[in-house]
Parts: sequence; structure tokens; C-alpha cells
Amino acid sequence: MSKYLYYPGCSMEGSGKAYHNSLMPVCEKIGLELQEIDDWNCCGATEYLGINKIPAYALIGRNLALAEAQSNGAQDIVAPCSACYLNLTKIDSYMAKKNGVDELINDALSAGGLSYEPGQLGIHHLLDLIVYEIGLDTVKEKVVRPLTGLRVAPYIGCMAPRYDYAKRWSDSEHPLELDWLLGALGAEVVDYPLKTHCCGGHMPQIGPDTAYELIHRLVDYAEEVKTDIMVAVCPMCQMNIDAYQNETNQHLGTKHKMPIVFFTQLMGLAFGMRERDLGFGSELVSAKEAIQKIGSEVPKKKRKKKDKFALPMPHPLGNGILKNGTNGKELILPTEGRARGGRA
Amino acid sequence: MNTPKERIGVYICHCGTNISAVVDVEDVAQWAANKLEHKGVVIARDHKFMCSSLGQELVENDIKELGLTRVVVAACSPHLHEKTFRTACERAGLNPYLCELVSIREQVSWVHSDKVVATQKSKAIVSSGVERLIYHEALEQLSVPINPATLVVGGGIAGIQATLELADAGSPVYLVEREPSIGGHMAQFDKTFPTLDCSACILTPKMVDVGIHPNITLLTWAEVEQVNGYVGNFDVTVRQKARKVITDLCTGCGICIEKCPKNVLDDIYEVGMNYRKAVYTPFPQAVPNYPVMDLDNCIYFDTGKCKACEKFCPTNAIDFEQEDEMLKFQVGNIILATGFDLFDARKMSNYGYGRLENVFNSLEFERMCNASGPTEGEIVLRDGVTTPKAVGIIHCVGSRDKSHNAYCSSICCMQSLKFAHLVEERTGAHVYNFYIDIRTPGKGYDEFYNRIVEEGTHFVRGKVAEVTNAARQPDEKKKLIIQVEDTLIGKQRRIPVDMVILSAGLEPRHDAKEVAKLFGISCSADGWYIEKHPKLDPVATMTDGVYIAGCVQGPKDIPASIAQGAAAAARVQGKIQQGEMLMEPIRASIIEEQCSGCRICNDLCPYNAILYHDATMTSEINAALCQGCGTCIAACPAGAVIGTSYSNEQVLAQIEGLLMDVSV
Amino acid sequence: MSHLAPQTEKNFKLMEQVAQKTGSDSKLETCIQCGTCGGSCPSAMDMEHTPRKLFALLRAGEREEVLSSNTPWVCVSCYFCAVRCPQEIKIPDVMYTLKSMAVAEGAYRDSTASDFSRTFVSMVENYGRSYELGLATRHYLRHFPLRLPSMAPMGIGLLSKKRLNLKPKKIQGIKQLNAILDRAKELEAA
Repeated sequence: MSKYLYYPGCSMEGSGKAYHNSLMPVCEKIGLELQEIDDWNCCGATEYLGINKIPAYALIGRNLALAEAQSNGAQDIVAPCSACYLNLTKIDSYMAKKNGVDELINDALSAGGLSYEPGQLGIHHLLDLIVYEIGLDTVKEKVVRPLTGLRVAPYIGCMAPRYDYAKRWSDSEHPLELDWLLGALGAEVVDYPLKTHCCGGHMPQIGPDTAYELIHRLVDYAEEVKTDIMVAVCPMCQMNIDAYQNETNQHLGTKHKMPIVFFTQLMGLAFGMRERDLGFGSELVSAKEAIQKIGSEVPKKKRKKKDKFALPMPHPLGNGILKNGTNGKELILPTEGRARGGRA
Repeated sequence: MNTPKERIGVYICHCGTNISAVVDVEDVAQWAANKLEHKGVVIARDHKFMCSSLGQELVENDIKELGLTRVVVAACSPHLHEKTFRTACERAGLNPYLCELVSIREQVSWVHSDKVVATQKSKAIVSSGVERLIYHEALEQLSVPINPATLVVGGGIAGIQATLELADAGSPVYLVEREPSIGGHMAQFDKTFPTLDCSACILTPKMVDVGIHPNITLLTWAEVEQVNGYVGNFDVTVRQKARKVITDLCTGCGICIEKCPKNVLDDIYEVGMNYRKAVYTPFPQAVPNYPVMDLDNCIYFDTGKCKACEKFCPTNAIDFEQEDEMLKFQVGNIILATGFDLFDARKMSNYGYGRLENVFNSLEFERMCNASGPTEGEIVLRDGVTTPKAVGIIHCVGSRDKSHNAYCSSICCMQSLKFAHLVEERTGAHVYNFYIDIRTPGKGYDEFYNRIVEEGTHFVRGKVAEVTNAARQPDEKKKLIIQVEDTLIGKQRRIPVDMVILSAGLEPRHDAKEVAKLFGISCSADGWYIEKHPKLDPVATMTDGVYIAGCVQGPKDIPASIAQGAAAAARVQGKIQQGEMLMEPIRASIIEEQCSGCRICNDLCPYNAILYHDATMTSEINAALCQGCGTCIAACPAGAVIGTSYSNEQVLAQIEGLLMDVSV
Repeated sequence: MSHLAPQTEKNFKLMEQVAQKTGSDSKLETCIQCGTCGGSCPSAMDMEHTPRKLFALLRAGEREEVLSSNTPWVCVSCYFCAVRCPQEIKIPDVMYTLKSMAVAEGAYRDSTASDFSRTFVSMVENYGRSYELGLATRHYLRHFPLRLPSMAPMGIGLLSKKRLNLKPKKIQGIKQLNAILDRAKELEAA
């Protein structure tokens, strides 16, 4: 078991309960021991930063300071919520630059008897932790019920891969970590170019028209490529697409009916856990119908006879082959059947 | 107090206001006259421009009239004017090596702003110069013969031009190219801006000239392995990779290529757009015309079977036993013209190159336009048949972008305009150019821009944010959508097109750093090779005898590359014409009586300049080979090696001078 | 906006001021007006000015027009602009700065967004955690009372699925947290 400090974030107690309920048994299964940071506070989401900068930084700083003080043998911090993950890594990285921000935050923290030395603890999103620290091989070993026949759209959202302060992702715009993970579970992963586009963030509250448009774009394209179910890694993404989908339909006259669940819920299913122990049923757009497709026959792809006129494609970057010992930043390219690459 | 034995003159330069704005030069001069009098300073003056003829005359007159025996000039870096003042001294009858130039511009006025401190530092530097100078000796320059042969590395257009200029002037040239044929990137293009000449039509005559010129030794499929020696006398080792083809027997008939059963995607010449065989020449007009065998992909080298090429070769020119060969020769000068690599557009995942099939990079598009390319010059989508109805060309891909390359790649605007013209002419499609700024500063370039505007190309000012296949509107379905802020109207636009061409920037060769090390020259932070002076000496390097031409020095287009190739050749030919050159007399020598014959220095010398005499059991330094680097001096356990101009006395005196209390 | 802002010292220094407030390495002054941000922004269609235009206005000293713009309030913090900006300008951070300046100077016209942020902040200051139900009801009652009926099924849905807590949770160290925030506010004002 590897022990990690767990920063749940406020949503995990409310709208993101299904995430919390599913990640707990799943993490245990793959050997991740989570130790909740005692008395953590809200990260401020995207709201506090727009009111007061230093207090917003100090608010996040308190969590980092608590984590450091409580680390005691635990390795690194893990946050399942992308917004929390972004805020934690951002402040850690700003403080590590030692250009005055660290002094300001520590000054504020000292008023509460706390302090924080940046760079001491690694900060992970739950997804990167599972892909890079636990590894896809371990995940595959635990799969007893492959998600065959389920067409999933990997929707990673913005705040996990951007701004990649902790340098954990294969790309900031088209990261493939969620594709790989869902593939390892046996699901059929659709090519979803909007995988890191915005779910609307806080816009449902302050500018609903903007939010409806963004939600519509995401769901519309998922439907276009015949997705059964969308998969989220962030409680805000899940909340917006799930809870506001009906309102979006009313507002835009659309008829979307696209379920979205957390990746840990699908991991649990693949690991053979029961739906109700994984928070299924709490989504407003029911995932029931989609889940029933698991195990269904996948129609075999007709092998297209290679068009004799077609021009070859360039090597894709990030085709899933990872160099050992990197955090996913360096991807190696296949070389078989290629000429000496002078311009690789 | 002893009477000083030398009579020293000190001259402080204002350099206009370059120095005098920060340093109180009058004060420095006055101080030197008073405080350094006991060291032998008999006169100290300041002058607005010491390097002017008036300034030089000042020195010359003082030498004659005051009988100066040593001269210190405090001005700019010795790189710039050391020679000027040494020559002035020589004219007045003083040995030029009794003149010392100390820098109070690069080392003081340009790097300090506090006037008081800067003035004090200038005094310390003048003092150190005076102290050191006392120990100078009169030296004589050494002349060495210059080998008239030249090594040109890289057979692109810059290297070809340099080679032909030298060969036509009667000098022997070795041209080394790592690919099977010369021609470089220019051989991949179809048309060249702004005149739209056919690239092959203007390039191949030059390639043929290189191939048949009696003064040129053409070594393709070869790489430089080692370079020793110094200007005038470089020892070069070149690895001639095994072609597995006996060139003396090969007629270039091409039957082996025809019979080879293995297709290999050609990542170099065809940039992954087309296939070649495992035995191949990269293109029909290749020079030389005999093929090479690609051992990584040859079926025989993989499985031990096949040998189709051998079976069918009418002249028995295939030789599977042929091995790499090391060629050694001597040259007097070297020109590096190793070119550029294209920026890898996959690094900008928002443009979808490598993911979206109808996104092409600039070299792919060049190949597509080329009559001998994968589509025989037809502009079509990746399916190989469909003609695009709308095409978007994106400028500055990987250039002017701090996440990738901060510099402007300089050729992309004109290249993109050329692409717009070709698309319009051959397909009639709507063409959009997405640019940040249009930069067309060459002769006839802005006229070309105007022509493209007149042809009806749409120009959108804005750096493209993303290329996507995620349609939002019905008219976007099955298209690539270019999302951009049209900054001239301040609105986000989504423009559906069928094809996107990325004008990817130019980058230093992936192995530029290793090559620079091999030839002893330096790279900028970006990786381009550094010229001796960005304005006054753009093709020389800080290493004597090594020159650079073309894109190896920075992104440039064909006319500029040719100009640099010719310029580098002219510089080299000038050296060759001199026949011999004077070498700085700064070198090491061994005091025979103190040498214990341990031979430590023999192996350390990077120029192989130290010989060991069995008879006397001592080492000796060949003055012509020694470059004065000082390695042996530092290494000698007996302190038996001494270096002119850098003796222990000189260095210690210089330090003492620097530490002088200048505040009083 | 037919009249140009007065070309005063205060206005000229606007960009410098915003850059400084954002942080020493915001790089705002290096903007080359390429429009990558405006092209990337998923909510650009609802912005009065694209981010690029806003930076041009900053440079021109158009203080009032900048601080009253809805642009920073429509920003969804997706960081597309930040990772694509060729000058590596920290655009989302600049947006946060502009929001806080607008709040401090009362320069914004529509208070929906800033009220939401302030409600959120007051929840955090009171409880140490955010409290979705309280936040939503308070905010919607004030700004979108007409939307409430259409929202009701969703609210009820979330409640019945136990995805909304009826009571806020308070952290134990709330006093400690407020001591830290108070000190931070002093530092911010300094």
C-alpha cells in the first residue's frame, strides 16, 4: 500500500458524492491508502482569486501547510477535484519561485501558527496518480468485468491538464491519460477532440447563457460520435453536464440525454463492484441504459482496404508508448518500418 | 625609490560617450599620470576616439618624442582594436607586442551605471595593464603555410555555392554530405519565391557542376568524424558510409532500385509522404547518381535472403561486403553549411498535426506541389484524390512563440504567400492566410505580397488558436475548423476549410551542438552557430579558419544562403591567396634544463604540438603547431613550461595591479 | 466610447499597475496583440472585449472601459489562453487582478458575477468550506428569481439524490483560518 494525503475538496461532500463513494473502494483495491488531511478548508475555487489575491493564496496555503505538518510517512498529496488540484499546484509552484510570493503567504500563515516550504510534497490529481504511480498494468490486473461494448468519451476538462504546473500530463490540450485508463478497462474509447474543453465552470451561476452553450457543445459532439456515456475526472465538470443538461435542453430546444459519470465509477464496475456501492443512481441523467451495454458484442470493424492513392500520415505524437521513468512528458515514437529519422 | 626602467604611455579612450558617459576619463588619465608614475608612466592622456587616426597619431608621436618603451590603451575589447594600436606602435618603431589594450567599455561602462564605482574600476584595470605590461617581451610573429584545400560540410544550396566559388577560383574542395545526394532542402521544393522559378531548374545545373568539377571531391553518404589542427592545417577524418555499391562499376541505371522488393517510407527527402526502396537514390536528379543501401531496411541484412539487387545488376556493382571507410585528408579552411531542421508541429497539439489527417506541414506541402512528389504536383487532401475547396495557411507555427522558438523564422511569410499562390493557381480554392505580422523585407518581396492580395487570398490577422474537427454548425461538418480571433475586428471567427498548411519554423539541426563541438565553435542559446560579428563578420566564427554559411547561422531564404555561401568562399579564397599566414606569437615553450621528461604534457596537448626527444629525454613544443592554449603550462609538475604573454610574473603582476587601492 | 480616455499619468500607468498587481512575472507588458487568447476563449462570444482587445485598452490607458468590461467576469478559467500565449502571459491571473480592481473600485456594471464571488467568499470565511445549497439559493434569489421555477426540478433532484447538504459544515480551525486571512488582507492592502 502506498499512503497519500487526501484532499477531498468541498464538492466531494455534496454534489460529487458519487466520486467520493467510488474512489474509496477503488483506491483500496489498487493499493492506494488515502489519509484525509485533517481540518482542510475550501481551496477558494475560482472565486476567491477574483476578490483578493493574497488571501486567496493564503487560503490554499493553509491546506498545503496542514498537509506538510501531517505528512508523517505519507507520500505526496492527491486531489480528486481538478479545480482543487490546480489551485494546490499553482500556489506550490508560485511559492517555489521564491520571488516574494512565498514570503507573503508564509507571513499570513504565521498568523495562524503555520508555515509551508514549497516543493516538499508532490501534488497529484487522482488520475495521474493512478496512471503513473500505480500503473495501467496494475489496473488491468484487477479488471474482472471488462467494459466491452461501452462507447465512452474521455472528458478530462480544463483544470487537470492546464496549467500543468506540476508537469504531470502528456499534453495540455490533448492528454491521453484518461483514454489509456479507459482502454485498460476494456471500454471503447471514442476520439473526443473536446476532451479538455470547458464545461462552463461557474458560469451556470453567473452567466447561464454562456454555460448552456458550452455544455451543449460538449454533449452535442459526444452524441455526434455515438457516445454511450461521458466520463469525468472533476466534480464540477460532472455537475455542470449532468445537472444543467435539462436546463440547457429547455433553453436551446435540444434533446440531449447524455449520461456522465466519474472514471472511478467505471473502474469500480470493471473491478466487479456493485453499482450501488459506486454511487450509480445519483446522476440526474441516468447512466442505467448505458451501463447495460457492458458486455455487448462489439461489431467488428471492417478493415478498410488501404486506398492506393492515400498519402501516409505523420507519426502521431503520444500514441501511448511511454518512456520509462518520465512523468509522461516524453513520448517515444514507433520506429519500425520507418526510414532513418534524420529529422525526428 | 628605484627609477623605473620602462617609459610607459597611458591612453584613455572616451569612445564617443560609450565610455565617458559612465567613466570620468579625465580623472582616470590624471590619476594614472600621478599614481602610476613610479611604475614608469611618463604620460597619460584621454581622447574622444583613440582609434581615429588622430588618436593613433597621438601614440605614435609620443613614442617618437618621449621615447616610450611601452604603451597601454584603455578602450574597448582587444577583439576590436588590439590590432589597430599594435600596428600604430609598429609604425613608430616599437615592437607591437609591447602594447597592451585593456577594456574599460565591455568590462566597465557597458556593465555599470554608478559613475564613481565605474571610474575606480577603470583605474584598477589601467593599473593591472601597466603592471602586466612591464613584463612584456618583444615578440615576432610566426608565418605558417596555408593548405589550399577547403572542407565544405553540407551540400545544400549554401554549401554548393561555397564549393563552386572556391573550385572555380582554382582551389581544391572536399564537399561532405551525409545524405546520398547533395541538394538539401532546396531540392525538395517546387517553386521559389518571389519569382516562382522552378527550384529544380535553377538548382540542378549547380548540382551537376559540383558532380563533374575537377577541383571538387564530392563525398556523399559521409560524415565528418574528427577534426584536428588549426587554421591553415586542419587534419580531417571523414567516415564514408558503406553504400554497398561499387561506384566505379555503377552506371546509375537504376535496375537495382526497380528490382528491390522493399518499400520504405522516406522520412528525409519525401518527409514521410512517399515511399522509396531499401536501395535508392533520393530523387531522379540526384548527384551523384549511384544509389545507397539502407541497411536498417534491407531484407538481406534482416533475413539473410533476397539479394535481388545483386542478381539483376548488369555491372556487378553491388557489394554486400563493403564496409565503412575512414578517409583522412588535410585542409586549410572549413566552411560549415549544415542547414536547418523543420520545427516539429506535433508539439503544438492545438493545430492537430499528426492527429487530423488534412493538416500538413510546409515541407509536406512542398513535396505535394513538386512534380516528382507523391501526388506529381497535384494539391489534394490526404486521401490522395480530393481537391480542396478551401485552404487555410497558418503562419508562425513554432516561431515567435516563447513556448517553442522565440525568434522569427524569417522565411515563413514569403513561403506562405507562395503557398497561397500555388493553391489558388492549381485548385481555384479559397485561400486564407492567418498571420500575426506580414514580414516581407526582401527585394521584390512586398510586391509579391501585393500580387497575392490582388489574387484574392483572404488575409486574417490573428494567430490561430486551434484547428479542430469538432463541428458546431452544419456547414462545419466534415471540415477542419480554424478558430481565430480576427484582431482587426476584435471578434472570434471559425472558418471551415478542407486543408490546413502549417508554415512551420526553422530550427537548428537536432545534432547542431555536437557538430559545433566537433569543429570547436559555439552555438547561441537557440542553437544557431555564432558568427564572429553579427554585422561586420557574419560568415566567420571565433575559431580561425572555420566559417559558416546559410541557415546554420540562423533562418534565411535561398538568396541569403547563396550570398553567405559565396561570402564564406571569398573569405577562404582570400586566405588561400595569401599563401601563408602570420600566427600570433603567443605560445608555450619548454625550458629544457627543467624538463624531467615525464611526458604528461604530450598527451594533454589538443594540437599534438609537443614532441618527445628520446636522446635528451625531454619534450619540445613545435611553435608552429602550438596555439597558446596554456594546458601544458598548467599541467607541468616541474613548472618547466612557460607561455609568452602569460608568464607567472605577468599574471601575478596583473592581479597585483587590480588589487591596488584606487580610492586615494 | 467615442471619447478617448484623458492621457494622464494615472491612465498611462494602468498596464504597469495591473501587471504589478498580478505578480512580478505576469509578462503582461510583452503582449504582441496576436489574438491567440481571443481565438482560444470558449466564452469570447459573450465578452464585450476579447482579452487581446482588453490588453490594448489597458495599454492605451482606457481605465474606465477596462474596469467596467464584462470580459474578466465571463472568463471561465479554462487556461487555454495561458498555455497557448506565445508570450507566456498569465492571462487568467490578469483576469483575476482586473476583477479584484473592478470590485475595489466598484467599476463593474452588472454585479451578478462579483456578487457570486463575494457570497462564495463569505461562506468560506464563515465556515471554511463552501456550501453549495446556501450559495445557490442566496445567489439565485437575488439575481435569477425568475429562473428558480425552472431550476426547481434540478434542485429537488440533487436533494433527493443526497447531492446537496442541508447544513453547512464548519471546520474546527475557523478562527485560525480567519487569523490567516486577516493577515493576508493586511498584506494585500500594504
